[in-house]
Amino acid sequence: MIFQDYVFYALATILLFAGLRVITARNPVHAALFLVLAFFTAAGIWLLLEAEFLAIALVLVYVGAVMVLFLFVVMMLDINLDKLREGFWNALPIALPIGLLMAAEMIMILSSKHFSPDMMSAPTPRPAGYSNTAELGRQLYTDYLLPFELASVVLLVAIVAAIALTLRERKDSKFIDPAAQVRVKRADRIRIVSMPSEKEITPETPEPAAEKKR
Amino acid sequence: MSVGLSHYLILGSLLFAISIIGIFLNRKNVIVLLMAIELMLLAVNMNFIAFSHYLNDMAGQVFVFFILTVAAAESAIGLAILVLVFRNLKTINVDDLDRLKG
Repeated sequence: MIFQDYVFYALATILLFAGLRVITARNPVHAALFLVLAFFTAAGIWLLLEAEFLAIALVLVYVGAVMVLFLFVVMMLDINLDKLREGFWNALPIALPIGLLMAAEMIMILSSKHFSPDMMSAPTPRPAGYSNTAELGRQLYTDYLLPFELASVVLLVAIVAAIALTLRERKDSKFIDPAAQVRVKRADRIRIVSMPSEKEITPETPEPAAEKKR
Repeated sequence: MSVGLSHYLILGSLLFAISIIGIFLNRKNVIVLLMAIELMLLAVNMNFIAFSHYLNDMAGQVFVFFILTVAAAESAIGLAILVLVFRNLKTINVDDLDRLKG
């Protein structure tokens, strides 16, 4: 075993432990923090696989943005944990066999000789000046240019959708809509009442004061 | 035992199985459901990168790049919907979200 193998086993152990804690942690904040740990160790394993750019992107995008968003939402909501944890382990008799069966099937297939080191030997190490980021960028901007632009559209749609979903007007806001102000017509503001301009007052029936004011 | 492609793939499959179990266990809590989905996507990405390394093909890493993009968009919209649900119903329990039931 070489040094990289020890690193892989250590990181894999931490990753599986963090994954288990994500799904079993009582407090959603703890679950989110263990998910951060899982992303960090996964980034380490991706570094072992020489995917340096994606490892850094995973830490920056996931830990830096998505998980912070998760933490914000978890801390913003006032959740009744006891209600949510009710009957938490009830599903285990179904979940555990299904999960173990799935894992066992996949392991049986994946540990066959087609994926063994003899069939799929490790590639020759890259030369010292090789840049994973430059190569990935070259691919993105040449062969995958259209999917790249589509991905940016997907992100734009996500931004607009997330803002449109959560936007709400404050009830105590004194904000005035300028468009509504510009659109206003004369008829909305003044009303012309057709009435005689002069009225003869007969001395027998003097108008009450209140009537005059109106 | 020296680490080969199968080790990475088995790690990904174990992670995927863990998140399947997590979806079963946390069926009431939408936040942890979203986190389990993120774990699943991580397991899938692990497979892509392992194959990309061992087949010496950059296409796998490009695909992971797009998966990361879509996953970020998905979780942002999912959390926005979650906030909206909580604002209207004061709960995120999946059992209470039965308004569409006749």
